[in-house]
Amino acid sequence: MPKAIIEVADAKVSFGAVKALDGVTLAIAPGECVGLVGHNGAGKSTIVSVINGGLAPHQGSIASDGEVLARYGINAARSRGVRCVFQELSLCPNLTVVENTRILHRHLGGLGWRRRAKQVIEQSLDAIFPGHDINTDRTVGDLSIAERQMVEIAMAFSDAGIAPRLIILDEPTSSLDASLAEQMLAHVRRFVASGGSVILISHILHEILTTASRIVVMKDGRIVAERPAAAWTEHGLVEAMGSVVKGEAHRRAMRDLADAPVAIEHVGRGTPFRARRGEIVGLAGLAGHGQTEMLMRLHAASSADWLPRRDPAVTFVAGDRRLNGIFELWSILKNLSVAALGDLAQHGVVKGDAEAERAGEWKRRIEIRTPDMASHILSLSGGNQQKVLFARALSTRAPVVLMDDPMRGVDVGTKQEVYEIIRQEAARGRTFVWYSTEMEEVCLCDRVYVFREGAIAAELQGDAVTEENILAASFAGLAA
Amino acid sequence: MRLLDRISRRPWIWSWFAAFLAWFATIVTGGASTLGLSQAALTFAAFSIIVGIGQMFVITLGPGNIDLSVPSTMTLAGTVALKLMDVDNAMILPGLMIAVLIGIAVGVFNYALIKALRIPPIIATLSMSFIIQSAAIWTNRGLRIKPPSVLADFTTATTLGVPNVSLVALVISVCAWFLLEKTIYGRWISAIGQSMPAARMAGIPVDGTRFVTYLFCAVLAALAGYLLACFSGGAALNMGTEYLLMSIAVVVLGGTAVAGGDSNVPGIWGASLFMFLVVSMLNTYGLGAGIRLIMTGLIIISVIMLAGGRQPGAR
Repeated sequence: MPKAIIEVADAKVSFGAVKALDGVTLAIAPGECVGLVGHNGAGKSTIVSVINGGLAPHQGSIASDGEVLARYGINAARSRGVRCVFQELSLCPNLTVVENTRILHRHLGGLGWRRRAKQVIEQSLDAIFPGHDINTDRTVGDLSIAERQMVEIAMAFSDAGIAPRLIILDEPTSSLDASLAEQMLAHVRRFVASGGSVILISHILHEILTTASRIVVMKDGRIVAERPAAAWTEHGLVEAMGSVVKGEAHRRAMRDLADAPVAIEHVGRGTPFRARRGEIVGLAGLAGHGQTEMLMRLHAASSADWLPRRDPAVTFVAGDRRLNGIFELWSILKNLSVAALGDLAQHGVVKGDAEAERAGEWKRRIEIRTPDMASHILSLSGGNQQKVLFARALSTRAPVVLMDDPMRGVDVGTKQEVYEIIRQEAARGRTFVWYSTEMEEVCLCDRVYVFREGAIAAELQGDAVTEENILAASFAGLAA
Repeated sequence: MRLLDRISRRPWIWSWFAAFLAWFATIVTGGASTLGLSQAALTFAAFSIIVGIGQMFVITLGPGNIDLSVPSTMTLAGTVALKLMDVDNAMILPGLMIAVLIGIAVGVFNYALIKALRIPPIIATLSMSFIIQSAAIWTNRGLRIKPPSVLADFTTATTLGVPNVSLVALVISVCAWFLLEKTIYGRWISAIGQSMPAARMAGIPVDGTRFVTYLFCAVLAALAGYLLACFSGGAALNMGTEYLLMSIAVVVLGGTAVAGGDSNVPGIWGASLFMFLVVSMLNTYGLGAGIRLIMTGLIIISVIMLAGGRQPGAR
């Protein structure tokens, strides 16, 4: 067997209390395509960062072509032909495609670099996406999200001096339609056949099954299964990831809410948004197409900036905890009670015992795993911090709960607990507006608005809420 | 040991410790009288405590929040109040009222500039301070009016050996501590200081809270100006000058987080006493003004470095 391009041995990475990688050993040989699957938070992105040199493991070693590398970083990785296409697009939006190429390939510099860069990137684009009509002199910011992703992929495969040997594709098809995705996967197979290596990460399992030569399943920072692709089935993969098999069992009973009063609405571009009392409304579509903005607008429209409201109209569960969720200097208790202080105080003075009682109640109800609610919020794991945010929102009297993809970093068990609480609260007449990037969660909603380019593109209800319909609505008209 | 460990985690302990050291050194090595030094320290610290508490509330609001109009507000409030009272003991209360009103007006204008014109607080309050200072110059016209006799006596006298002004500062401090620790408003400013987006999403009326805080700071500055003018026997145009840096220094030395969200009333006391005692300690050694300033700077730096190594505990 030829020597591995990159070999990671027993890598461990932890972020605070969270073990992102718990002893991962992975070798990528030339001429193979490794499929990497696992839930959110399983450690896929972390192992990718370790391989591309962006993150030094706290323990473990990295070897390349048989030699152990003591100092491994992004530049070392690049000079060995390791390239990466990120989930979050990483091109400079204010530069043209050609200029971005120049940034990636440093030695393209000198007189006439524009011509050389143009040649490099166009060659690559033509090879991967024949028939594309991307003008490489356009600014990246003006391209559609799909075109940007195409450029990014072409950039990774482009050859200007250092030939790419290992390409990491992290959710490369998330914004591509079916035909473009197939073109890309075909190119991956050609690249692998000619001796290159690819790590392919995707939530779309059949892409992995048809393209990868070997599939690695990760869970909780470990590799839990590793077999040649031919030995896997879609069902087997789902089981190995440890997720509950999707099915109608999770579907909530259909409820007729057409007569319920409207709890919150917003009229803007496209279909107007409307949510009724007791309804769970999903916001779906590709990430970053205006769902979070919609939640912010709904929140801003019904909350006060100057005077406190006697009866709060909306409450919010953050998905981006660090940005607009937790208060890092505070205890769990204070973090939990902050939104409902008005109910826990008399003449503006917070009643300590009422606050502690309320917190204890929610600690039991949502099972926040801590010995002491007075301990620091950051002593909790990410999932438990998220539970605190849920408890904060649900403990208010607000009739409408806005949720901004709140399950990021939450483990499967907790998710089920929270789903159950959401169902109970909805049955009692609370309205939930739920943005989620997970299809499974969207399918729990009574009604779903699919977003595209900042506006509502479709409204699905009841049995029409399916993965196929949502995907179709997310992509319609977007294909290049 | 546990007790010692717990105490050393309190962010205010360092300023108290430093203040005590300076006090001790002045008495032992400088030969100052214990009672006299303590009374002087409490008296002069009282003004920085009152101003510092206001500044602390504003700094708690988070990065970028600061009120630079404090010194000119002090000057204007002192000048106008003395002019209105005109050495008449019957006018003491109206004088106090006008000082508070000036504080309120300054606070309103400050926040109006910050919010309506979207000027960063540091610029807004600085430009506001020029306007206020000009107003003070215009009202003062070089006159030095004496304070009403009752007020002059009150501010310079002691009760049971404790200077009256420091008792006023104590009352204000207790109120401030109560506001911060026990009320919804205190929670709100701490939340805003930690993360404004998170505070907004938690349903906190961010603008209202910030407005009240700037108002509060300006009112405290006006109050301090009123007391200081009476204490020193008349308002002077430069009477606020040293309180610009002083108000910020006592907040920082006292262990309040400069990045916001975590404030601390006892620390203001320790820091204010320390700031006065350091200067008097160096004075008793008979050092020249230049050396004294350098030493003051070095001592402040070392206290901050000592206190900087602390771990923020759970609150």
